[in-house]
Amino acid sequence: MPMLHTVNKSPFERRTLDTALRHAVKGAGVLLIEDGVYAAFDGTVVAEKVKAALADHKIYVLGPDIAARGMSEHHVIDGLEVVDYGGFVDLVTEYDKVQSWL
Amino acid sequence: MKLSILVNEGPYQHQSADTAIQFTKAALEKGHEIFRVFFYHDGVNNGTRFAVPPQDDRNITEQWTEMAKEHNLDLVICIAAAQRRGILDENEAKRQGKDGDNIAEGFRISGLGQLIEAGIQSDRLVIFGD
Amino acid sequence: MSEPWEDDELDGPVRKFMYVNRRAPYGTIYALESLEVVLIAAAFEQDVTLVFMDDGVYQIKKDQNTDAIGVKNFSPTYRALEGYDVEKLYVEKESLESRGLTTDDLVVPVQVVNNDQLAELMEEQEVILSF
Repeated sequence: MPMLHTVNKSPFERRTLDTALRHAVKGAGVLLIEDGVYAAFDGTVVAEKVKAALADHKIYVLGPDIAARGMSEHHVIDGLEVVDYGGFVDLVTEYDKVQSWL
Repeated sequence: MKLSILVNEGPYQHQSADTAIQFTKAALEKGHEIFRVFFYHDGVNNGTRFAVPPQDDRNITEQWTEMAKEHNLDLVICIAAAQRRGILDENEAKRQGKDGDNIAEGFRISGLGQLIEAGIQSDRLVIFGD
Repeated sequence: MSEPWEDDELDGPVRKFMYVNRRAPYGTIYALESLEVVLIAAAFEQDVTLVFMDDGVYQIKKDQNTDAIGVKNFSPTYRALEGYDVEKLYVEKESLESRGLTTDDLVVPVQVVNNDQLAELMEEQEVILSF
């Protein structure tokens, strides 16, 4: 398995998500955590970019961070997978290594 | 699996310490071994026992200490980063001629080599920061 | 290298470590403390690769003069890395070009790789430390 890229920055403030996607090889996973979860919702200016990335990557989003921010899992872009902290741990072990784009 | 954690930000200022705690808890619940939690940059501030957060807030340092007690975690604070930021154990306080120490129970201060060793010995190194 | 805490070399497998530098110097401490990790790590004789990308390329910009900001200029230390057997230094082409820089602007010789080559290089690593 290729690696898991984690992104913890809002895509509206920082370019971390773009950087992660540019350096993720086909088959690499992307996990959105903390403020990174704001990239996960339909109806935003980054939604199309995230949908396009689904062609090459599995994209996951941390559910507890969605709930904490008053956002709704119902509005998460189709094809993204919502995980809890246990799921986060599973992803870390399933992928070969982790790159945290801080 | 054998996992190590690197925490690069102090508590409260960023969510990274909280995320690291939740991740570590979940990993332990799943039966993984936590080889080491290493604190670097402002992350060393996770290890001061002098912080007094409001009563209705979580106490991040105590959460680490409790977890360390329960699961025999190795919580290591980087000595170089700690010296800059005034995190001291008894030995360091003596060595530097300071009038007190502030390290919390369950933490220890050691060198950056401990981080490299964690990278060598663990199956995965997961970094939390800003 | 005589401080007691730096004396913790160990025998073990050689792993492929990559240090990814993405932040500018001085504005925050990440660049300096990342360099400190690399210097200590050299004693462990691992397979070390250093990458400068995004604002990290500014770490190795020539002509840094910190006299007036009251902060130590640590850029000469990058030139000492060779003496620590840290010889694999990569810079991302897009990061360099988008900042109007060329390799002539850098304090150390580096290998320039493009975005895709860097992605592949990252996949070859075993441990990635990103600062």
